[in-house]
Amino acid sequence: MKRFFSLIIFSLLFGFTLSAQGYEVGDKAMDFTLLNVDGKMVSMADYPDAKGFIVIFTCNHCPYSVAYEDRKIALSKQFEPLGYPVIAINPNDSTLQPQDSYSQMIVRANEKQFPYPYLLDADQSVFKTYGATRTPHVFILNKEEGDLIVKYIGAIDNNYEDAEEVTEKYVESAIASLQEGGNPDPAFTKAVGCTIKYKK
Amino acid sequence: MPAFFVNILILMHTVFSEPVNVVESKPAIMDFDTFQQFLEHENDTVYVINFWATWCAPCVKELPNFEKLNQKFGDRNFKMLLVSLDFRKMYETRLIPFIEENKLSAEVILLHDPDANAWIDKVSPEWSGAIPATLIYKNDFRVFHEGGYTFDELNTIVEPLIP
Repeated sequence: MKRFFSLIIFSLLFGFTLSAQGYEVGDKAMDFTLLNVDGKMVSMADYPDAKGFIVIFTCNHCPYSVAYEDRKIALSKQFEPLGYPVIAINPNDSTLQPQDSYSQMIVRANEKQFPYPYLLDADQSVFKTYGATRTPHVFILNKEEGDLIVKYIGAIDNNYEDAEEVTEKYVESAIASLQEGGNPDPAFTKAVGCTIKYKK
Repeated sequence: MPAFFVNILILMHTVFSEPVNVVESKPAIMDFDTFQQFLEHENDTVYVINFWATWCAPCVKELPNFEKLNQKFGDRNFKMLLVSLDFRKMYETRLIPFIEENKLSAEVILLHDPDANAWIDKVSPEWSGAIPATLIYKNDFRVFHEGGYTFDELNTIVEPLIP
């Protein structure tokens, strides 16, 4: 009985925050217009020739994101010429995580010479619509009859700590499947990451 | 006795030794297969298993709430594990100094298993992988929460589970 009550109390306390939101594989994704580190606004509509996009929610402060920086740069160089540009989006509220402020984003983008746009989700609506929960968190979109369809959600690969130890490159094989006209398998993976910082 | 079993015995001794109010200066390092046993006990003990990292601000912010809970119930049928997801290379440079500086009374282990997609669902299918995250269980009762906890929230869940 005690168990039952604590379950009820728990549901009252937290139940509403656990409701699932955001995209699932197969959903239609919305475009966005966000401020890039170069001061310009960027939308996916600015890429009429793209076959799809590798959208990565990421940030400055999170060591899991930092550990993937070089791998994100490599993905961009490999897949933008093939029609799948990387677009990085920082979803964090910089009043809660000062290292993720717009000015710090510019500093990091210059230090690492990011070859991809690094956008600020200033009103934090994009990560909520997509359903990103952590950094890094990848959404691969494919253009199909004018729509952007979510084809893969998850991790970049299967080792956040050491690129040398990776045995499964999820993003790379997902794009390879799309290029062959198939669907990624796996289409959904999980990864350890930093919580996206927002005011509840 | 094969070394493997000796290791398991040492590990079990480390994790179950009472009282818990002792600073363990050297957290055990384990992969998920070794860690998994701590998610499956059916021994009437309340387990509070918190996933965190030294660099994770919301995790560090809520640690005092866990410490307070551990102080309150540590001598009862209660076991707290603070499961660090820091990188292996930060074990000596960050994790151990952090435990010492903050005088953590709850036991810390370093879960070193970067193929997280293979094990996140085994902790809870509700977990996206973001930290902080906490599993509280006793026998077949389980509550998982991704995000922070206040002391009162923790206490509300744990207190009724302790006879």
